[in-house]
Amino acid sequence: MPDAVGLELIADEVNTRHDGAILGTSYDHGQATLLTGPDQVHDVLAYLREAPGQEYHFLASLHGADYLPAVPRFAIHYELLNMARVERLRVKALIEDPGEGELPEVDSVCDLYPTANFQEREVYDFFGIVFRGHPDMRRILMPEDYEGWPQRRDFPVGGDPVIFTNTENEVPGWTR
Amino acid sequence: VDQVSTPTEQRWADTRRTPEQLGRDAVARTDAQVIGTSPIERTELEREEELFTINMGPHHPATHGVLRLLVSLEGEFVRDLNPVMGYVHTGIEKSCEQHPYWKVIPFVERMDYLSYYFNMEAFCGCVEKLLELEIPPRAKWLRTLHLELNRISSHLVGLGTTALDLGAISMFWYCFRERDKVLDLCEMSSGQRMHTRYFQVGGVFEDIPVGFAEKVRGFCKDMPERIDQYAALLDRNEIFLQRTKDVGVVPRERLLELGVTGPLLRAAGEPWDLRKVTDYLAYPELEFDVPVGTVGDNYDRYKVRLQEMRESVRIIEQCLDGLPEGPWIADDRKVVLPPRHELSTSMEALIHHFKLVTEGFRVPPGEAYYAIESPRGELGCFVVADGSAQPARVHMRDPSFVNLQSLREMCIGGYVADLIANLAMLDPILGGIDR
Repeated sequence: MPDAVGLELIADEVNTRHDGAILGTSYDHGQATLLTGPDQVHDVLAYLREAPGQEYHFLASLHGADYLPAVPRFAIHYELLNMARVERLRVKALIEDPGEGELPEVDSVCDLYPTANFQEREVYDFFGIVFRGHPDMRRILMPEDYEGWPQRRDFPVGGDPVIFTNTENEVPGWTR
Repeated sequence: VDQVSTPTEQRWADTRRTPEQLGRDAVARTDAQVIGTSPIERTELEREEELFTINMGPHHPATHGVLRLLVSLEGEFVRDLNPVMGYVHTGIEKSCEQHPYWKVIPFVERMDYLSYYFNMEAFCGCVEKLLELEIPPRAKWLRTLHLELNRISSHLVGLGTTALDLGAISMFWYCFRERDKVLDLCEMSSGQRMHTRYFQVGGVFEDIPVGFAEKVRGFCKDMPERIDQYAALLDRNEIFLQRTKDVGVVPRERLLELGVTGPLLRAAGEPWDLRKVTDYLAYPELEFDVPVGTVGDNYDRYKVRLQEMRESVRIIEQCLDGLPEGPWIADDRKVVLPPRHELSTSMEALIHHFKLVTEGFRVPPGEAYYAIESPRGELGCFVVADGSAQPARVHMRDPSFVNLQSLREMCIGGYVADLIANLAMLDPILGGIDR
């Protein structure tokens, strides 16, 4: 785990290489986070993966989150891991909500970390964030014909009618 | 013989015989024998002619749950494979956002339903990280004890069902017999056999009862002998060896790229175990080894799991020996329920009890990722807290979900029968994959 000073050094290093790619840093609960944007995240991860002294070769986890009242609304978290030094570093890509009817987009990192394949599909499935350059951008856990992005904070719970034997006549389209 | 056009079809037509020409027993032979060519030689046929895409699952006993595999076959060979999942998706992560933190624990337990203690530990540990709450030493050791019991029972199910898929049904009964003993121990300490909800934020629900330690010691005494018996049944079993040796090998570097962790990675020779490299619970004070394989085939995966059970027994014994005295849950009244006896004498305790049960405790805003070593690899929990009594986001990085990506590379080019063995050795839990 890089400490707060080490995190600033990493941020500076990435920023000198890719100008303005790191929007900020945060360090809490002993976890270091680099903040970046949807267009820079691929460059940042490529740098952190390859640059000597960084070498975060293992992507432990990739997950999305919806911070609804906040702007930017979405974030994708990349939990990087350097196994030799046992250091974890989180990269957080902040993503704006483009508004009604449009889906936010971010660069896929499947080419750098093949493990991101399923996890990016999962984020797409639940948050409706499209990964540019992903080899197979489909839903993964929800049904293919499902409409809506269930893990968004404004998606209601109980919005789907549940079919029981006593309600099957009331659920439209079920008995057709 | 029908009209033929391509050279390959001509060759097929030349070798085609009626059953009368072949004799009576021809029907019983395989088509490769009848036609006179081995399946390998047929790979030069055009893809469209020979590839046969079938669904394996969603309801196939060997898929260990409700997993569907879209398999493209060429004769007996697997040429492509795509897992399709989501059949047991129940929206647990979404449900977690609607409940107070203490009511989320039973939800997360039901994700990976064979390693429920691990899910609890991932979630509780993550919330404790957000609260910056230190749990008492006895709670740490009790958690470690139960985690390792759970690891044994989970590996036993994995081993038993694997052997069952390879045709050894007796292994299944023996493994489930020992697993039942672990479940008895769970029942003794928490009242439930599965999904115990034994871990709380701040410690554990209750101290272990009188006589529990002796029962666990008895189990630890028997278990190494049982593991030796399993090894005697399988280690040099000709059928088992032929089905597992040099099957499903994926190079270590590729496994790392695919994010595979746990026994699969260790079998390929990478000694990566979060219990050793990170500092959580009582593991830094315990002595145990990390078994690793050399080749990374299914036999190594089996051996690594078997040895991990032995190491778990060692850890459990050390936990019993070194179990510290003291409280088993933290003494933070804003998070942990006050002791029952205080409720009749202390107004303050009553208020705390009421607030904790009705609203739940609040967690300061922040986000944390907490990873532990589950029987299948790195089980991470990511929680976003917004300052209220309910989490704003709970995500489980389930090892089965990530490890499943390596199944394609294990199976391509192998037999269909090896696909079953590979899937069994991958040991995926569909409840964890679909959540």
